[in-house]
Amino acid sequence: MKLPHLVAALCLAVTAGGVAAQDPNLARNLAATCANCHGTDGKAAAGAGMEALAGADKEKLLQKIREFKSGVRPATIMQQIAKGYTDAQLELIASYFAAQR
Amino acid sequence: MIFNRRDFLKAMGAATASGALYGCAGGTRAGGHVVVVGGGFGGATAAKYLRKWSEGGVQVTLIERDAQFVSCPISNLILSGDKTLADVTVGYEGLKKWGVRVIHDDVTGIDAAKRTLRLARGGELSYDRLVLSPGVDFVYDQIPGLASPAAQGQILHAWKAGPQTVALGKQLADMKDGGVFAITIPKAPYRCPPGPYERASVVAGYFKAKKPKSKVLVLDANAEIISKKGLFTKAWSELYKDIIDYRPNSELRDVDVAGRSAVLEFDTVKADVLNVIPPQRAGAIAVRSGLKLINQRWVDIDWRSMEATGTPGIHVLGDATFSAPGMPKSGHMANQHAKLAAAAILNLLAGQPPNPEPLVMNTCYSFIDSQNAIHVASVHRYDADKKTLVPVDGAGGVSTARNELEFRYALGWAQNIWADMLT
Repeated sequence: MKLPHLVAALCLAVTAGGVAAQDPNLARNLAATCANCHGTDGKAAAGAGMEALAGADKEKLLQKIREFKSGVRPATIMQQIAKGYTDAQLELIASYFAAQR
Repeated sequence: MIFNRRDFLKAMGAATASGALYGCAGGTRAGGHVVVVGGGFGGATAAKYLRKWSEGGVQVTLIERDAQFVSCPISNLILSGDKTLADVTVGYEGLKKWGVRVIHDDVTGIDAAKRTLRLARGGELSYDRLVLSPGVDFVYDQIPGLASPAAQGQILHAWKAGPQTVALGKQLADMKDGGVFAITIPKAPYRCPPGPYERASVVAGYFKAKKPKSKVLVLDANAEIISKKGLFTKAWSELYKDIIDYRPNSELRDVDVAGRSAVLEFDTVKADVLNVIPPQRAGAIAVRSGLKLINQRWVDIDWRSMEATGTPGIHVLGDATFSAPGMPKSGHMANQHAKLAAAAILNLLAGQPPNPEPLVMNTCYSFIDSQNAIHVASVHRYDADKKTLVPVDGAGGVSTARNELEFRYALGWAQNIWADMLT
């Protein structure tokens, strides 16, 4: 076994004993699930007709997604997708996109 | 600067050695060399995100046999003449800008214990982690008439977008008005569940406009339409009542190539253009590498890392995996698999466990004609008890009705996902 693999295995063994901690990159990982339609880091392709999320105002973005989730805001697809995320996950996603420049 | 293979491997060795100094504490950075095999929706995305998220700390080599990426999604519009092959083709230059080393070659063998792989044109690469995104291969065992490459060149699948898509488009263009286009659908699971029904719809739309006396015969091995059933059924009865003839439980038993006929259990059906979508399994390299398969076809993986069960160090993405419940084999899904795997691999290379609560989502648009589209969407979260990804209750769904807005969204989706994986 190569040394880095051994180190990884030891680290895994240590963590497995306790409660799984939240991944430090959770916001990044969750936001990446939006990129297929909204572009990498929310930078949508120009002229593709999809909303760019990078640099959005966090509260406005969060409000909009919450309205999709509750069904108040009409949509073709976002009302179905937003329901797949917890409020805490949506908060992380909105923060991540708001921080993108 | 020119970087030859020896320099590269030397740099790899240095990166691996320095990687050993990283411990378990926070703030560690991933290092090492990841080889990605297959540059489709899964592999290309993995290569880019490994470079992006490691901020260049991880060396990435992508091995892809084709010179350019050709997208299956959108490619059915080539059959109706709405799009060309160039419209669905993207080069690998963008990945090179991310610092991905792209090698156009085939992998002939993998030694999982030594963490090395062999290339068809010679040479061996070593890796710290390997990403396999080989897509599907066709299984012709149950279709004796299509055993030879010559037969496969005449009765087309066009289920891997490229020259076959263009050739099938030409067969349709050359067909006389009043002819029959027959498409056979294998039992699920196969790549792109709604794809065959989209193809039937798009071809029917083309016939309606250009060859109104022609028919589309859908020979489905499944008991019913397996994706977006209500929407396809409605569209077919409202738009294509006299064009599409849908026959469930019609599994293909053989093909008479010279007679352009599909042999079913109780019937033989002659067509002017016969399009056989063959049964499928994980790409050959996954099968040859001794990975654990389910139903002898699909790779069994750990959904927290996409790592193959029983083969540490090899992560498998996309259509080749044994799909989690309710998860389609789609390009969108493969892209999401790739990000899940990239995040897990970077954690593992930095001595951290993978994210214990991964989440992925899917969107599949299907065209009904040259103006209208429909969608299906779903979100999948990791369930620690079930040890798999499960659909989130209450999320996801399909379009309320076919519409023109989603036709534009489908094309916008394509622009963004192609950029997300390749630029």
